[in-house]
Amino acid sequence: MTQKVPRKLVDENGIRIDGRKLDELRPIKIEVGVLNNADGSAHIEQGKNKILAAVYGPREVHPRHLALPDRALLRCRYHMAPFSVEERKSPNPSRRETELSKVIREALEPAIFLEQFPRTSIDLFVEVLQADGGTRCAGITAASLALSDAGIPMRDLVVACASGKAEGHLILDLNDIEDKEGEADLPVAFMPNFNAVTLLQMDGMLTTEEFEQALNLAIEGCNQTHKIQKESLKTKYIAIKEETE
Amino acid sequence: MPVFYENRGLVTPGDLLAEGDYISSSNTYRRGEKIYASRLGLVKYEEKEVQVVALNAFYLPSIGDLVIGKIVEVNINSWTVNINTSYLATLHTSEALNRSFRPQRDDLTRLFDVGDLIIAKVITYDRTRDPSLTVREPGLGKVVDGQIVKVTPTKIPRIIGRKGSMINMLKKETGCNITVGQNGLVLVHGGTSEDERIAIMAIHKIEQESHTSGLTDRVTEMIRKEKGMKNDAKSTEKIG
Repeated sequence: MTQKVPRKLVDENGIRIDGRKLDELRPIKIEVGVLNNADGSAHIEQGKNKILAAVYGPREVHPRHLALPDRALLRCRYHMAPFSVEERKSPNPSRRETELSKVIREALEPAIFLEQFPRTSIDLFVEVLQADGGTRCAGITAASLALSDAGIPMRDLVVACASGKAEGHLILDLNDIEDKEGEADLPVAFMPNFNAVTLLQMDGMLTTEEFEQALNLAIEGCNQTHKIQKESLKTKYIAIKEETE
Repeated sequence: MPVFYENRGLVTPGDLLAEGDYISSSNTYRRGEKIYASRLGLVKYEEKEVQVVALNAFYLPSIGDLVIGKIVEVNINSWTVNINTSYLATLHTSEALNRSFRPQRDDLTRLFDVGDLIIAKVITYDRTRDPSLTVREPGLGKVVDGQIVKVTPTKIPRIIGRKGSMINMLKKETGCNITVGQNGLVLVHGGTSEDERIAIMAIHKIEQESHTSGLTDRVTEMIRKEKGMKNDAKSTEKIG
């Protein structure tokens, strides 16, 4: 039997298990427009996370009776590939995936001008190819880029980031171990130009002061991610422009 | 009235474009005193107006638009047409025939069958109803010859150019007949398949580089170069 070696999540110098500082994000790489068959798409790598987001629509709603007379229907599917985690995950949607589909949808809904496209549906697919904690946040960040890539008018980009607590320290952008072994996890989705929070969940225990600090930390992480997000959206067009000039 | 970007600057959704006494035009929205972008594109400030020329968008019908569509269904007295938008359009028999429709005798598939491409005009459309089309105008009707190119609908104005400068240049240089559907479908019909190939190449180049300046000249140059290459190939063949 393998014995679990006790590890310290944060060492005495304030360095975390993967070598990051307490308030440091994992390296993020985003590519927009990676899929030809979807109307819009994005691929994000955040640390060891690899997530694809694809958007179809606005298009006819099937089945017909789901169509809303005054606005578009946003449908979202968050799904983890069987090979995304260490032990094979059943490809059937789990309770957790159903819940995340719902919260991702609700995090993005306020950012989209749904009322401009009555009787249509916008279908969003978030496929986790490799998971290492914080997939809902990375999923939301990628999904809002995919929506923008599909040409869907939006009030703002939505960006998400988690903060939490491990061994008494408040930390930013938790990875899988920190999420599982730590004391608390606080994913936040945020619209930077509106200063509005569209998703706020908490798992674990935090005091009121800690919660406030953690929330501000997460929002700071969102703002950092937002800069990368914006650049990635522009990259394709800047490249073409530079080529011709 | 401050503005926050240069003219033709690249903006992303949610970017604050201007504050104060401006009119919010296409692909922007107003919230209180501030105007924000709602799509990725190039911002354009005019005297009182702020707009974003989107780099990526889909087609929404508008009355009077010329569109190219595909018949997807033949009904009892209408056709259902896919015009590359979020809604399916209908073409009623009264908008296709010059006389009254006789259900017993007329066979709709003899006019347009499933899979046929048609050039049509949007006659009605609003939030509550799907668009309907007409083909009862000169130049409209079934597409019988040529090739279809699909482009992002926002690039259509660029293909046409200012006062039609780009499209006229394309027609002149390639010798092709080009019909531009507002829904992002372009019909290219020319004398030879080689001319059509060059025209399609040019259209793709315009779509790719629509947000850069001096495009008309670059496209003209490309077409001339392509044609020159073809002529060179011919002459060397003769020599050989």
